[in-house]
Amino acid sequence: MSEHVTITIDDRKVKARVGEKLLWTALENDIYIPHLCAIEEEKRPNASCRLCFVEIEGMSHPVTSCTKTVEEGMVVKTRSSRVDRLVKTGFELLLSDHDLKCRECPANRNCALQKIAKGRGLKLRQKRFTLIERDYELDDSPAEFAFNRSRCVLCGQCVWADRRENEIGVIGFARRGINRVVTTFQDLPLAESICKECTVCVDVCPVGALYYKKTAE
Amino acid sequence: MSDPNPQELYSKMLDEAKAEVVSKEGKTRVLVGTATCGVSAGALKIKEDFEREIQEKGLDADVVEVGCIGHCYAEPMAVIAKPGFAPVCYGYLDDGLVHRLVEDFLDGDDPSYEYALAALERNDVFPTFEDFPRGAYEEKLILENCGYINASDIKSYIARDGYSALAKALTGKPEQVLDEVKAANLRGRGGAGFPAGIKWEACLNGGADEKYVICNADEGDPGAFMDRSILESDPHLVLEGMVLCAYAIGAQKGYLYIRAEYPRAVWHVQEAIDQARDRGLLGSSILGSEFDFDLEIFQGSGAFVCGEATALVNSMEGKMGMPESRPPRLASQGFRGKPTILNNVKTFAYVPFIINRGADWFKEIGTDDSPGTAVFSLVGKVTNTGLVEVPMGTTLRQLIYEVGDGLPNKKEFKAVQIGGPSGGCLPESALDVPIDFDSLHDAGAIMGSGGLVVMDEDDCMVAVARYFLEFTQHESCGKCTFCRLGTKHMLDILNDITRGEGDAETLGLLKELAEDVRDGSLCNLGKTAPNPVLTTLEYFYDEYRAHIEEGRCPALVCRDLILYYIEPPKCSKLCNVCVGSCPTEAIFTREDGLKEIDQEKCVKCANCLKACPPEYNAIIKLSPPLLPPEKEKKAK
Repeated sequence: MSEHVTITIDDRKVKARVGEKLLWTALENDIYIPHLCAIEEEKRPNASCRLCFVEIEGMSHPVTSCTKTVEEGMVVKTRSSRVDRLVKTGFELLLSDHDLKCRECPANRNCALQKIAKGRGLKLRQKRFTLIERDYELDDSPAEFAFNRSRCVLCGQCVWADRRENEIGVIGFARRGINRVVTTFQDLPLAESICKECTVCVDVCPVGALYYKKTAE
Repeated sequence: MSDPNPQELYSKMLDEAKAEVVSKEGKTRVLVGTATCGVSAGALKIKEDFEREIQEKGLDADVVEVGCIGHCYAEPMAVIAKPGFAPVCYGYLDDGLVHRLVEDFLDGDDPSYEYALAALERNDVFPTFEDFPRGAYEEKLILENCGYINASDIKSYIARDGYSALAKALTGKPEQVLDEVKAANLRGRGGAGFPAGIKWEACLNGGADEKYVICNADEGDPGAFMDRSILESDPHLVLEGMVLCAYAIGAQKGYLYIRAEYPRAVWHVQEAIDQARDRGLLGSSILGSEFDFDLEIFQGSGAFVCGEATALVNSMEGKMGMPESRPPRLASQGFRGKPTILNNVKTFAYVPFIINRGADWFKEIGTDDSPGTAVFSLVGKVTNTGLVEVPMGTTLRQLIYEVGDGLPNKKEFKAVQIGGPSGGCLPESALDVPIDFDSLHDAGAIMGSGGLVVMDEDDCMVAVARYFLEFTQHESCGKCTFCRLGTKHMLDILNDITRGEGDAETLGLLKELAEDVRDGSLCNLGKTAPNPVLTTLEYFYDEYRAHIEEGRCPALVCRDLILYYIEPPKCSKLCNVCVGSCPTEAIFTREDGLKEIDQEKCVKCANCLKACPPEYNAIIKLSPPLLPPEKEKKAK
């Protein structure tokens, strides 16, 4: 049995490892699909950002490519009116809950949201949804880095990196619904928590919510 | 050959139970409905009243607690079974009526038919429930025992051939159980209607040596109480169904996931588990066979999303109750990573019937694609609210107008909400839709787990959509973008509309967003949350437009768009009831002695409207909120 399958993405034939999720096959082949929460090593995809929609021939609705395992002969389109519509809405929803001050943001020009906007021709300053007001406090208690929750898109990259690095995670998701946040146990400032300031979480944050203080200066 | 076979053991058990029940039935019994609904209507007090009166009179009669008989409108209720008479059911009980029944019927021989609802057995004197329109449409299977047996006594269940399906199955092969359930095309009663047999087969072929059976009793829809009533009234039926499932797929352990907010259900099920285990109907070598299976209750902490399969399993594993992407499905990788069957309370409850009476019998009931019955909690603006069971294929019109006896107070029907927060609102024109999984889905609603709320002309459909969305938005776990943020924005838009704010674009945006939340969300909570909005937009678009274009709420519900007004010609100088009823002192007496409302002070609580005596009926609601003099000015 071959360990590879051949699939077609946007009319291009590409090889993919058996059992691989479609998103990673596409990205490896320089085919862009927007994504925030996907983590290749994670066994069960998070599938929470809802941005990596694609059309697969034979399926009635767009599906998230991070959850779809490649199959021999699969025919995939990364763009369609339905996919574009879902990605646009999902993206704009996230931006309605994001403190959009790019010039003040240390992730400026290196931001996953900017990348998605560029890749899909979307505007960062969306007009459909009213901005959700938050009064999060900036946590700049650690020596080297800080956490600005009002930029957080809840992708979970930091939580996962933290769990991988430290046996007992420092940060995790808490609360439900619209109040969901990434936080420490008992909402303590990072410096007062069990955080050892290893900064793996800062390195994976795609949007400048966790950032090095020196880059912000 | 010394081991007794399951049938023999069971026959002994059955004979014993029957003998005991027959001896009990030899004397007068008062069966008081004490499921949660009855208890909240005062059934425990009624029970005490009966006991006290009986004792005072020195009568020889037993007072027994039974479950829910399904006629919620008449709670508290009791059935009196006196030898020599057909058992008679009484409703709307209070201490006076109890006193009279004990004196006239228990002590004397007058069944006081003027207070009776119906008899339970055919007789020459008084009609039975079957003689009413409701009875003609109802077909009770899984509710058959509810309200008639003592849920706390396993013998009460066994005497009605309870656990006979298990005895039958254990003498045969597990495959026979699976084949029968598959052949019966039993579809999951949790709402989606996925064929149970196919799920079971996938689990059977899941390979692992460890498997689990879980019963989903995390019922959380506003206005739904089917699962609770069944667990409180006939818990052994569900247990038997679960044991049969476990036997079919080879599971050793099962759980009932019951919300902690259902204390009576938890209590009855725990009692049932203990009694079944004592009799060897659970535990190791069930009924002397080589089959081991045990059950345990897991109490959910009340998150609506935990009714979703993967969130339920996460919560049982001690994680946050949040959904995961599927596949893998639970049948291959569920609780603790092992193949797991998760079915609704009602789904399991059908299994003993299918095993006992066969797949062909089951398929005779209902429609070709949705065989069997449907259980609904029929609530809202309907005369006879209740827990009803009708064959699939019954139309909504029959259910509301025949079974429920139509709408009270001569009000006009407006909509029926089916399937709770995940369902939709259907208008008059959809009333002839037959109730089955596919027809309801095509109409834009879902079967759901069986909540059915009737609404009349006084209900504002925008407010209804807002209400359900507020519920789902509150219950959203927050994991995925569309549900977390999409439902929040939808709710904000709906709040604006109920205040008369917005324009044509607002409605367009609401629809667009609702469709995207439906198509983009991770789990079924998010995917179905927009249904109340989408269906009301489709069927009641004019009401939405009236709110934003005219600032008018046609049903006079949305507070920001109405005002209360005392019509001077109807008001009387002789009465000032409304003045006292107003909590903000907004009502004052004019110079001519009539009353008037100071609109600045009015908080629109409707107290005055209720207080105004019917002979005057002087207070009306107006929408848009303009006083008649202002209105005239505007018109000029």
